[in-house]
Amino acid sequence: MEDVLFFIAAIGAVVGAIGVIALRNPFYSVLALVSHLLSLALLFLLLEAQFVAAAQIVVYAGAVMVLYVFVVSYVGGQGEPLASVGPGLGGVGLVLCIGLFVELSIAILGSGLHAIDTDGAKLGPGFGTPGQIGQLLLTKFLFPFEIASFLLLVAAVGAVVLARRRRGIDAPDEPLPPRDRLELTAAEVMRIPRAGSQAESIGLGQEEKEEQGGW
Amino acid sequence: MSPTTWAWICLALPLAGCLFNAFVGRHLPGERTAGWIGTLAIGLSFVAAVGAFIALMGHSPDDRTFTSTAWDYADSVGVNAKLTILIDPLSVYMMLVVSGVSALIHLYSCVYVWKDRGFVRYFAYLNFFVFSMLLLVMAGNFVPLIIGWAFVGAASYMLISFWFRRTTATRAGIKAFVINVIGDVGLVLGTYFIVFRGSGSLDFLDTFKHVQAAFPPNDGDLVAGCILLLVGAFAKSAQVPLHTWLPDAMEGPTPVSALIHAATMVTAGVYLIARMHPLFEDATAAADVGTVVGCATLVIAATIALSQTDIKRVIAYSTMSQIGYMIMAVSASAYAAGMFHLFTHAFFKALLFMAAGSIIGAMGGEQSLDKMGGFRRALPFTFACFLAGGLALSAFPLFSGYFSKDDILALIGGEGGWHWILYVLGYLGAFVTALYTFRMIFRAFLGPECKEARELRETGHIAHHEHPFNPETYEEEDTDVGFPGPGHYIAEQQWPMKVAMSTLAIGAIFGGLIQVPFVDDLVNVYLRPDFVNDPTYEKVINDPSNGLLIFGLILSAVIAIGGIGLAYVIWVRRPSIAVAFRERFRPLYELSFHKWWFDELNDAVFVRPGATVGRWASNVFERVVIDGLVNGTVSVVRAGSSVVRGAQDGFLRVYAALLLLGLALVALWFLLQST
Amino acid sequence: MTVAWYLVVSALIFCVGAAGVLVRRSPLVILLCLELMLNAGNLALIAFSRMTGTGDGQIFAIIVMVVAACEVVVGLGIIVALYRRRLPIDVDQLRRLQG
Repeated sequence: MEDVLFFIAAIGAVVGAIGVIALRNPFYSVLALVSHLLSLALLFLLLEAQFVAAAQIVVYAGAVMVLYVFVVSYVGGQGEPLASVGPGLGGVGLVLCIGLFVELSIAILGSGLHAIDTDGAKLGPGFGTPGQIGQLLLTKFLFPFEIASFLLLVAAVGAVVLARRRRGIDAPDEPLPPRDRLELTAAEVMRIPRAGSQAESIGLGQEEKEEQGGW
Repeated sequence: MSPTTWAWICLALPLAGCLFNAFVGRHLPGERTAGWIGTLAIGLSFVAAVGAFIALMGHSPDDRTFTSTAWDYADSVGVNAKLTILIDPLSVYMMLVVSGVSALIHLYSCVYVWKDRGFVRYFAYLNFFVFSMLLLVMAGNFVPLIIGWAFVGAASYMLISFWFRRTTATRAGIKAFVINVIGDVGLVLGTYFIVFRGSGSLDFLDTFKHVQAAFPPNDGDLVAGCILLLVGAFAKSAQVPLHTWLPDAMEGPTPVSALIHAATMVTAGVYLIARMHPLFEDATAAADVGTVVGCATLVIAATIALSQTDIKRVIAYSTMSQIGYMIMAVSASAYAAGMFHLFTHAFFKALLFMAAGSIIGAMGGEQSLDKMGGFRRALPFTFACFLAGGLALSAFPLFSGYFSKDDILALIGGEGGWHWILYVLGYLGAFVTALYTFRMIFRAFLGPECKEARELRETGHIAHHEHPFNPETYEEEDTDVGFPGPGHYIAEQQWPMKVAMSTLAIGAIFGGLIQVPFVDDLVNVYLRPDFVNDPTYEKVINDPSNGLLIFGLILSAVIAIGGIGLAYVIWVRRPSIAVAFRERFRPLYELSFHKWWFDELNDAVFVRPGATVGRWASNVFERVVIDGLVNGTVSVVRAGSSVVRGAQDGFLRVYAALLLLGLALVALWFLLQST
Repeated sequence: MTVAWYLVVSALIFCVGAAGVLVRRSPLVILLCLELMLNAGNLALIAFSRMTGTGDGQIFAIIVMVVAACEVVVGLGIIVALYRRRLPIDVDQLRRLQG
């Protein structure tokens, strides 16, 4: 029974993963990833990690993927044009990754770690329960726990800073060049309009002197 | 004081004069103070040389060799080089000649370059030359010899191209220097063969002592070394085939020609052979080479002088010819005779050059005999000096050249065997000498007066041309730095020139009296300590061949008078004979006029191929190989860097690919490690 | 199934995600592939945690999830900013480095 479930979950995960990379429309890719995450949760359950499985579904599939869906619908799910202006890494990439997989498999299966050929150690009673997770988080891994929360705070603030507008909701910030083949500098991408670019802030770039507004 | 102390003083004074003039001369008050100071330095140097002479004579004849070392240059790797001077009769003899004649020439120069912008530079160079020459003759081992040798070459170059804006002068300077360098190389290589393959010591006295032990007679190494020394001697003394620089060296000021290219530098080769006589006694093959070359030169140079029209070049070829006599003499072991001729030649040749300077001044810078004539009444003193010098040069009886040239030829004849050919050629050369010398004198002083002579005689003014010109090519010049100054001077009007020329004339006339056959032989006796072990010398001293000597005296007199008479007939009485002769024997005339085509030969064999190689090297080798290598390296680096640059092009996926590739390789490494 | 199977599945998903990063050009999809790789890592962690019997691996996996969330937030913020500026959402065209 366990083996059957394992195979179902494993195949689901792999199919989902392949779906992510193979589907043209990013919307479909997101959905494939959701299915992949659900399969993965099942695999976690098979490994006796109940809390993590639940967290996976609730947090990852539930929150993060929903966020993804929002952004995909905002940005628009236009498919990629097939012609690529950059290096065509398609064939090379696949070959490289197949090679990587072969290498990793050899490493795993040929490793001297005998324990991986077993089903695992004998488990104590509360293995994988929220109680044990909570205990570990608040005793042994308190510091990473606090850092992780701090990281979440930083990310939230960063997201707000990145995506906000300055002026109005529907007025465009400035007349922009048309959206087609265009080369950009990262500075232009990151620039906060009328707040000065990074270059200006360190003294280079004297073109826009009249825009003195800080924020 | 000991002879060596006097010698150091004699050596130091010209150097002091040179440095003083070089650094301070420009700021001295008065127009010619630097000149007087230079002359004073050499005059005092002559006094010191006399002091050395007297001190030397104060010792017994067996004890007249002194050395003195100033410092060690180097003492390692089997080489022990010191700054040593060797004072013995030979070197003091040369010191006296060099400093004495130089002092007179300095005096003459105070007038000759008076208004020249390079007046101070001239005297600095001239003093430097005297210092170098004294270093050369005083050298006690090969190191100061080579140093002095090189320095006199450098001084010669500096003085030949003294008027450096004249292209002909700078070319002549380079030509002289290049040929001198060939001689320098010969000298240094000769030193290598003799010292490092033989005696092991750079010191002269040591080398001479050990030469018999180190080398069997006519040993290959020794002969090679001596022939290389001869190459040096020939280059410096302008013997065939390294003689082509001397006529061109007449581009320098006339006193320079008098000093360097008549009296002193060109005699360095003669001195070298005399100094190295133990080596040449042992390597008779090399000595024979020297004799033959000397004889060949004296004949060739005499024939060339017969057709030249530039007055200074006639005297230059005459120098070459007379030095041929000297080289022939010292190579054939007639050392004292050769040195005696060196002494008399210094006087009469310097006198001839000074007189030539006077007449050139009277002509306003013109040097061609074709344009001169009839100066006898306008320049009486110069004429008298020319006569004195010319008679001495032609070996007219009782003048100095008569005794010295005769001494040489008698000793050459006395050797017997194939030396009889040299004997005959020597007298033939003497005949031609008389001929060309008086050709020059009669053409310049007798005959119809040229306009400069008439103007000078009538008004006492020296002719001036509208603008200065190059006497060779007649190009226009100016009188600023690098060209001759505007002043033209004649001896009749300038007392320093008169004093110098009179002193030399007295020497030219009476100088031979120190070694008259059957009466006295001061030179032989004086130089004897130097050549004590030399068999020929002893033979000469003890048993001169009387018969040959008397025959030679009479023959010389006949030849000299005959030559002068013939010159009178041709160039005074019937000039048409000369023209007819030229037409009738055109090839001979051409051979003589084109200087036996040595210049053209050198050009074809050395200069043109050299220039072609240089052009090839510059256009092909430099551009293709060297630049190709350098630029090729640059382009390889550029190509490599542009390849590497591709990794930084901004494509995110490429970065990710490289990252994954690196990960895979690291994993592979660890995988392989663990197996 | 022994632990090795889970590890092999994890390696497979990782490689699929890496291939996706190399092949796709839309930054959205590249971020999704990054998620794949992170999940593969999570699976390996949980497998090892099961193997050793301690809960450390699971904690690590939770932290990884937190980091993944933060990273997605920031990445999507960039993509939104790109879209606002009417720039092409194509990683190959956004390649001029600063300076």
